Amino acid sequence: MSLLVNLLAQQPEPVQRVVDEVTTGEAVAFWVLGPLALAGALGMLFARNAVHSALWLVVTMLSLGVLYMVQQAPFLGFVQIIVYTGAIMMLFLFVLMMVGRDSSDSVVEVIRGQRLAAALLGIGFAVLMVGSVARALTSVEPAGLAEANATNGGNVGNIGQEIFTDYLFPFELTSALLITAALGAMILAFVGRDGKPARKTQKELVEERFQDGTRVGSIPGPGVFATANSVATPALLPDGSVAEESLFDVIEATDRSVLTDDVAEVAGTGDQPDSRALKGSES
Amino acid sequence: MTKYLAAEIGDTAELLADDPIWLVLIKVVGIFAFLVVMTLFMINWERKVVARMQHRPGPNRVGPNGWLQSLADGLKLAFKEDIRPVLADKWVYFLAPVISCIPAFLAFSVIPIAGKVSIFGEETALQLVDLPVGVLVVLACSSIGVYGIVLAGWSSGSPYPLLAALRSAAQVISYEIAMGLSIVAVIMFTGSMSTGDIVGAQASTILGFAPAWFGLLLFPSFAIYVVAMVGETNRAPFDLPEAESELVGGFHTEYSSLKFALFFLAEYVNMVTVSALATTLFLGGYHAPWTGDFLNTGWWGLLWFILKTLAFLFLFIWLRGTLPRLRYDQFMKLGWKVLVPTSLVWIMAVAVIRTGAIQQLSTAQRLIALGVVVGLVLLVSFLLPDKKVADTKGVPLAGSGFPVPPLDLAVPKAAPKRKVKVANIPADDTAKAVTTGKEAE
Repeated sequence: MSLLVNLLAQQPEPVQRVVDEVTTGEAVAFWVLGPLALAGALGMLFARNAVHSALWLVVTMLSLGVLYMVQQAPFLGFVQIIVYTGAIMMLFLFVLMMVGRDSSDSVVEVIRGQRLAAALLGIGFAVLMVGSVARALTSVEPAGLAEANATNGGNVGNIGQEIFTDYLFPFELTSALLITAALGAMILAFVGRDGKPARKTQKELVEERFQDGTRVGSIPGPGVFATANSVATPALLPDGSVAEESLFDVIEATDRSVLTDDVAEVAGTGDQPDSRALKGSES
Repeated sequence: MTKYLAAEIGDTAELLADDPIWLVLIKVVGIFAFLVVMTLFMINWERKVVARMQHRPGPNRVGPNGWLQSLADGLKLAFKEDIRPVLADKWVYFLAPVISCIPAFLAFSVIPIAGKVSIFGEETALQLVDLPVGVLVVLACSSIGVYGIVLAGWSSGSPYPLLAALRSAAQVISYEIAMGLSIVAVIMFTGSMSTGDIVGAQASTILGFAPAWFGLLLFPSFAIYVVAMVGETNRAPFDLPEAESELVGGFHTEYSSLKFALFFLAEYVNMVTVSALATTLFLGGYHAPWTGDFLNTGWWGLLWFILKTLAFLFLFIWLRGTLPRLRYDQFMKLGWKVLVPTSLVWIMAVAVIRTGAIQQLSTAQRLIALGVVVGLVLLVSFLLPDKKVADTKGVPLAGSGFPVPPLDLAVPKAAPKRKVKVANIPADDTAKAVTTGKEAE
């Protein structure tokens, strides 16, 4: 879509040169933004860090957007900014998904013949671009901004009509391409669990937990303070029976005779400390 | 009525066209000051309102009734030490707060604050510029602004901010679509993307008494916009990029001093901007809730505009005070499965209604069209598969969703009384005083 918007945007450009004079403001804007856009493009090519590359691309796209606005295509300018900021955000995410945060270019060629193919495709694309630009500059008769805006209530209406009638197929094709790219990135970046069973959902886990009849709540505490203050006191169920889980295994297993001294001390029947002594009993 | 996307210059743009440079400068400074003061006010107001909702006093020490607290905090922040983590990406780390701050201020330039006023004898509208694509300016600014958050998170060189950055990117991509779609219906009704024209289109009344605000006419769009604007500004309950309970401070965890203050400023300025845009698009901008000239001309517009904007800002605070943060997947589900489809269907409906209105259809034709629509809806509703009946094998779930025993459960017999285990006690046991529950049985 963005490419198409770009191509459409270039139509008013010759109009400006043919019909209107280039104003001083426009010239200044061009000489400021042109180098900026170029610097952004070069920066994108030569930055080592992939995220920096994406950021340089933002500079280029913003400069182009402002150039459109200067050339009386404010709609296109702002759409350029909105669309490309979103697009570059996606690029940014792709980078993070594929190579991680500390992303820098590796010089190792992983696919055979990658450079050759890239060079060929690049040259082909350059030829296409030069051809279309040359055609736009020479053989196309510019209609003029006023005439282009005469129908459909102006610039925006015309662009809409072009996209949804004559250029519908390329438009849909471009969106299909973008969706393919997004899906491809997701599949490449997805870390699959090969061979492992699929993870259970939260709902399945909950139902499973209730299914096998294990206790879900906490184990009842001892019946301390119900009738006594000993942890050995069992908790009672509503029908008066003893709740087995409330009994403390260690206490249950300990022979009473071992505890004689403790029992005596608690009961106050054993050796008592001398009431005038400064320390407790020796034992 | 049958105006398509307007090519002609609106009234506001005409008024603004002959602004002398000093007036433009005054407006620029005025907008900047307004936004900064609103930020200082908002922070205090938010703290006070949330405090009141939670039955505590809130800031009440600095200045009259504590109203200068945020100013003091801002001054303090400026003098704090500026720290840059070792692992941070130097330039991006430096640029991120600037990137998030500048568009926030820029977006406000297209907001119409009041109608025709006279400043030092110069007739003008209280608005900096009125572009034919004004609404898009706000969208463009918000999509640039989010770079600040994403880059801040990425460049900090620390895991929590990075997670926040990723969340923020996904959040903005999804909610900006919903926001853009909610604005489309307004643009279709107005036939213009200029904010001045949109406010102008809401000056009349409908049904003789109600103001022709798009918030009433296009209520679904309004509702979607309000949800999307909260998501877009990263505010509770959608504040996932700075979820304190999960991500420490979120994207600004590593930031300090003025850079942190800039993030804070940007967040609040963004809130004011989206509230002002909501006012402009859906609540009639600077118009009073009635027509006619009574309290409705010149500088009075400023009052109505500020009151409406404050109402939205209060909504932000109210949401923060009441709603818990959404889980991330719920948040995405809301955006993609509720807001976007609803928007699309609603836009289709608006387009059909508009076409009907423009084409001057006869009553019979309208009825036929209505019948076709109803038939389609019925067809779709019949074709939709029924909701799957939950499998009965699982645990029976009552209406509440909690697992409860089935109604026909046979009550098991009482467990046999447990025989009390008593350890062998020597005959000369002296501890008769010790009684336990077991013995009491």
